[in-house]
Amino acid sequence: MFLGTTSEGPVRGRRVVVTGVGVVACCGIGVDAFWDGLLGPAPEGEHRVAGFDATAWFGPKEARRVDRYTQFSVAAAHMARDDAGELTPDPDRAGVIFATGVGGLESLEEQSVVFQQKGPNRISPFLIPMMMPNAGAATVSMRAGWHGPCETITTACAAGTHAVGAAARLVAGGRCDVVVGGGSEAAMTPLGIAAFTNMTALSSEGVSRPFDARRDGFIVAEGAAALVLEDLDHARRRGARIYAEVVGAASTADAHHITAPAPGGSGAATCMELALADAELAPEAVGHINAHGTSTPLNDLAEAQAIAKVFGTPGPPVTSIKGVTGHALGGAGAIEAVSVVLSIDRELIPPTAGYGEPDPEIPLDVVHGGPRSWEPAPVLSNSFGFGGHNGCLVIAPVRD
Amino acid sequence: MTDATFDKFRACAVEVLQVPQDKVVPDARFGDDLDADSLDLVELVMALEEAFDITVEESELEGIETVGQAYDLISAKL
Repeated sequence: MFLGTTSEGPVRGRRVVVTGVGVVACCGIGVDAFWDGLLGPAPEGEHRVAGFDATAWFGPKEARRVDRYTQFSVAAAHMARDDAGELTPDPDRAGVIFATGVGGLESLEEQSVVFQQKGPNRISPFLIPMMMPNAGAATVSMRAGWHGPCETITTACAAGTHAVGAAARLVAGGRCDVVVGGGSEAAMTPLGIAAFTNMTALSSEGVSRPFDARRDGFIVAEGAAALVLEDLDHARRRGARIYAEVVGAASTADAHHITAPAPGGSGAATCMELALADAELAPEAVGHINAHGTSTPLNDLAEAQAIAKVFGTPGPPVTSIKGVTGHALGGAGAIEAVSVVLSIDRELIPPTAGYGEPDPEIPLDVVHGGPRSWEPAPVLSNSFGFGGHNGCLVIAPVRD
Repeated sequence: MTDATFDKFRACAVEVLQVPQDKVVPDARFGDDLDADSLDLVELVMALEEAFDITVEESELEGIETVGQAYDLISAKL
């Protein structure tokens, strides 16, 4: 991962490793349940996080004062920090970069109804801190007591990936020794679902089928994930378990249309190339692609075209866990980054649930039918968001 | 202090502040004993306004530090 270029050439950053992961997903809460979920069929019905109990992480009063997306953020970050073991960084050199697509939509929506029915004097004094999209990051930093940078990225469905990339670069640049990067979304409100439905983005069949010929839209989901990103030397000094290394990240804009991808996925292809350059890797070195793969006709085609442009066909094995998880919007990139880390750690590529009928326009090696064993190699993880935001990460097994 | 009115007052405090019922006693201080900050009190007053169908001006809340003081303020409006 590079920090920039000076007159003497490109400047490499410190090495950044993943030492803890946490996840709250509709297919499982906690790393093991999540992983088992990824290897199984898609959950039936709505992709909500069933059985999430906020009081495991919040006192009863505090639980009423934070939106569900912040509850997810804190839960995922706590699990990641616990997973990282004895983690006592210099608090001034520890930070939080957390993503969300929309923040506290549920709180805003409920209070809008209160406003209509009871008037302005009945609006909760906590509405602003509940709805603001930085509440997740802020609450995570308060819990950890970390005073380094604490910021929120809101680039729609690319936000989780951008947050992990930005978090890694804070460590690579030497500003922080530890940063929690992640993303969270809980926007399955009546208003949110109606809005996605009316833009004809959701599957009318109610099935997520990334890259399949029959795909007809995405399945909206909720959830969150967090990764503890740490300077390699810092991690080794404390004897931490090291899952993987974040070796590259990139961000580009389509500058084309507020919802449709650029024709041929040109912005996405550039982003993938920049991420590989950041990682100093040739396309041939990539062993697996964790795709954005939302199951919408246009997105999957554009992404497939971009992958084909960069890697040729069929290219490395591709999977989209959205066949199982649905699309958790601003949380998705972080959830997928955790999936990549686990794919490396457990030497298995999870299958693309819902895939069965190849699309002749998508000549990729889509992993399906069951998990595929592999010898872990660098993985490219893609996320693309409404607004034309593209984000890519390259996460690799740690080599000396 | 009628029992029924205080019960209603106490139910609001329990709901908003998420404290055990037996801690909501006249001498209890909102800050020290019930862990309530200024925004908690705003929400509590809103709940009381709703429950008792009264209006409390912000200026009336100055100096209110205990459950008993708040109860007196509310009950004087009934």
